[in-house]
Amino acid sequence: MADKIEKTIDLKAPVQRVWRALTDHREFGEWFRVALEKPFAVGEVTAGNITYEGYEHMRLEARVTTMDTNSLFAFNWCPVADDDGNGALGGPETLVEFILEPIASGTRLTIIESGFSCVPDDEERANALRQNSEGWAIQTQNIAAHVEG
Amino acid sequence: MLKARSPYTTSEPAELFAALGDSTRLQLLNRLGSGQHNSISSLSTGMHLSRQGITKHLRVLEQVGIVESTRVGREMQFSLRPESLNPLQEYLSRVSTQWDEALERLQSFVE
Repeated sequence: MADKIEKTIDLKAPVQRVWRALTDHREFGEWFRVALEKPFAVGEVTAGNITYEGYEHMRLEARVTTMDTNSLFAFNWCPVADDDGNGALGGPETLVEFILEPIASGTRLTIIESGFSCVPDDEERANALRQNSEGWAIQTQNIAAHVEG
Repeated sequence: MLKARSPYTTSEPAELFAALGDSTRLQLLNRLGSGQHNSISSLSTGMHLSRQGITKHLRVLEQVGIVESTRVGREMQFSLRPESLNPLQEYLSRVSTQWDEALERLQSFVE
């Protein structure tokens, strides 16, 4: 069964502009609705609180894996939240990739989120995940909160 | 201690994803996908695992309701419960919608 989500959108903006909106942590926070505390950097974790009203206590963490200027931006994040509603890294992670291609009208952007079924198999973490499954629901709401509105 | 349950969704997606997070179990799922009952011996054929190993994986799938087992004579038969995977589809389609909305906001941000 499918365990990834793929989206493509054509944007009427040059690749450089889209790249900045994705990789400048303040610009990312504008449209994604999260107050990231430091710039994205490969191998580093960038975190911040959600800015959507009512969900400001929730944190989001992303570990950047790739930054190929104007071409590919990718990070891991954790779709399962802990008891406080935080999407902390260390639990099961998915990979989010933003792929940019120049086209006549601007930029073709493809987003792929993958790895939903790549949750670790080890017993202890699987149990932790089961106990944590309510957090998953909260995190879902969290994502909904900052992408809606 | 009782914990308040989340009102908006079930706990199922996380458990299901956890149960599926293993290549052997995904293989078993594909084999069971034919919709027929399968014995442990037929499911073990061609797999690099003992019958005990296969049984252990099938029990993990059974625990979360992805497969069910029935005893037929001296043998356990396993079958897939396709409807058990619906929460995963629902979860993914919700995440999918959320990305659509995020992309719309990105679009108005850059255009």
